[in-house]
Amino acid sequence: MKITIKESDFNRIYEHALSVAPDEACGLIAGTDGEDGIREIKKVYILENIDHTNEHFTIDPREQLKAVKDMRTLGLTPLGNWHSHPETPSRPSEEDKRLANDSSASYLILSLEKEGSPVLNAFHVEGEQGNKTVRKEELIIVEERQD
Amino acid sequence: MKITVSGTVKEVADGLTVSQLIEQENVETPQYVTVSVNEEFIESGTFDTHILKEGDEVEFLYFMGGGTIMQSIIQDGSDE
Repeated sequence: MKITIKESDFNRIYEHALSVAPDEACGLIAGTDGEDGIREIKKVYILENIDHTNEHFTIDPREQLKAVKDMRTLGLTPLGNWHSHPETPSRPSEEDKRLANDSSASYLILSLEKEGSPVLNAFHVEGEQGNKTVRKEELIIVEERQD
Repeated sequence: MKITVSGTVKEVADGLTVSQLIEQENVETPQYVTVSVNEEFIESGTFDTHILKEGDEVEFLYFMGGGTIMQSIIQDGSDE
């Protein structure tokens, strides 16, 4: 599975994650899900982490509902979510795995662990509770052409 | 009666409950799904008794959360 994100969207979530650190930042991703196995993120939603802590996030369900309706209006497919790890690597924690309950979703994790060197990875999680499998997806940050 | 489920208008049986709709729609891992009806969130404890009405707009949302309590090992072991 490949998933692409525009450089400008990557920069937006990085800047937002820095601005709310040490709290975790979070949001949703939407776009197209190609038959060739390539997912293209067309829109990134920056949403509120109602936990407001550095070790947990919960996306505000009201903002989530609003974002889902916006995706539908724009003809975009919900692709998953993103969140930041302010102090730890870009890989799913046990808690991330436990709460990853949509096997069709891509889960993006942005690590701010190394100052000035953000790391963004995408993952796919499937399986039953206690026996979940995590696979890394190929994430490509796409530079945008200046027309 | 007609209701809208995740943006799609559907014909369903009169008196259908939220629980029955979840089953009918084959919602994956329903225990982690939040349901809104007409933009009001429904308490999960009332799914069995909440009867849907003509024209209701229903949305299923997966709880979206996580944390950094403990790191796990992914299959390829890379974090770059």
